[in-house]
Amino acid sequence: MNTDQVRVVVTGLGATTPLGGDVASTWSALLAGQSGVRNLTEDWVDSVPVKFAAVAAVNPTEVLPRPEARRLDRAEQFALVAAREAWAHAAIEKVDPERLGVVVGSGIGGITTILAAYDTFKEKGWQRLSPFTVPMLMPNGAAGWIGIEVGARAGVHATVSACATGAESIGYGIEMIRSGRADVVVAGGTEAAIHPLNIGSFAAMRAMSTRNDAPHLASRPWDKNRDGFVLGEGAGIVVLESEEHALARGAKIYAVAAGVGYSADAHHIAQPEPTGAGVILAMRRALENSGLTGADIKHVNAHSTSTPAGDVVETIAINEVVGDHPLVTSTKSMTGHLLGGAGGIESVFTILALHERIAPATINIDELDEGVAVEIVRDKPRALPDGQIAAINNSFGFGGHDVAVAFTSI
Amino acid sequence: MALTEQEILAGIGKIINEITGIPASEVSPEKSFVDDLDIDSLSMVEIAVAAQDEFGVEIPDEQLKHLKTVKDVINFIQN
Repeated sequence: MNTDQVRVVVTGLGATTPLGGDVASTWSALLAGQSGVRNLTEDWVDSVPVKFAAVAAVNPTEVLPRPEARRLDRAEQFALVAAREAWAHAAIEKVDPERLGVVVGSGIGGITTILAAYDTFKEKGWQRLSPFTVPMLMPNGAAGWIGIEVGARAGVHATVSACATGAESIGYGIEMIRSGRADVVVAGGTEAAIHPLNIGSFAAMRAMSTRNDAPHLASRPWDKNRDGFVLGEGAGIVVLESEEHALARGAKIYAVAAGVGYSADAHHIAQPEPTGAGVILAMRRALENSGLTGADIKHVNAHSTSTPAGDVVETIAINEVVGDHPLVTSTKSMTGHLLGGAGGIESVFTILALHERIAPATINIDELDEGVAVEIVRDKPRALPDGQIAAINNSFGFGGHDVAVAFTSI
Repeated sequence: MALTEQEILAGIGKIINEITGIPASEVSPEKSFVDDLDIDSLSMVEIAVAAQDEFGVEIPDEQLKHLKTVKDVINFIQN
């Protein structure tokens, strides 16, 4: 079998985000240009310089049965909620468990569990630690729980690459099917990091917006007056399937998961490489891996996070590899930045954009920054052309990880 | 005043429901934790710690592994 010829398609979508508890509510809020950013009301907000975040619209503990929720970290809760939606959506009645895999990662893992457990340990002793503390804090916990849920025995993996995690997981999922290891893979990313320690630590890097007087305007990729990212939480999961397997069961196909490109900056642990060389390499490789040309790409769901450093150089990289014709957007203007969950939800958005032929807008751009080298979708969603079209989801992470995932319309 | 078997059973039922979601009504004395109620060893540790809080009786690990049924736990707490 020539595994290069295995086409991978998307047959299921799941998400729980700051805009909605599922894909449909999230997508309609996204097209309506709503902001998921809100003021934090916890008593610890006085201790940090950022007093807002993009909190999940639906608390997963309201969806999951209580006994289940109490043994899951919040990041695992999000992942399981989104995976169940994606799995139900794919409606796979029968799959060989040894041909079913999972690739779901998180940037930070169960950090709220770690911190709460350490408080318990100090105040009450080790005997009072939940016996589920370890499976709750480990960053592969979400993948493990999803694997149990769907009965995946081909392999359960968890990639960890900071804010590139979700996209990298989907890339690995595509490769798992192409290499012949699986027919179906549940893939994506999750994050639950709205905690004062994380906010304080990101603020210490001067990476976060401190627009406390207008939180809903704080996430403004490519705007001249952007001042940092807005922390979000949630999960995005897709069901990937070999085209052969999907067609044999008459599945509804949303898009082709055409290929992935990876690269690394080898530059700085947290700052983007200023020429965009790593981003260019990842996008070039995504095109090569997909058998696409720049002209095929009509839409890019950009990584741009609203930090001063990275947004403009990403557009220069897109222009270099693809050209100035694609409609480019950053949905982080509405969802905030879900870190390890970002590539998950943004791949879901990229797939929906192709399927529904519409690119969501980037909100909050009052004055486009100098040097933006591509066409940004502003104010209102824009229609994508008919015919065979393709789109790319970019995700980059601290550590210098660059990932571009390419999808094509069916 | 010592608790009655019924009072302890009600308390255990409540704890098991909280931790595993199994309805308290299904928690009857003859039930085995592993074979009948499908409770894993990690959840048994949680149940033991919660029972300690509820009844003020410490259940050492070496005892816990001998407590196979709900009745075993009731007897241990009563004695």
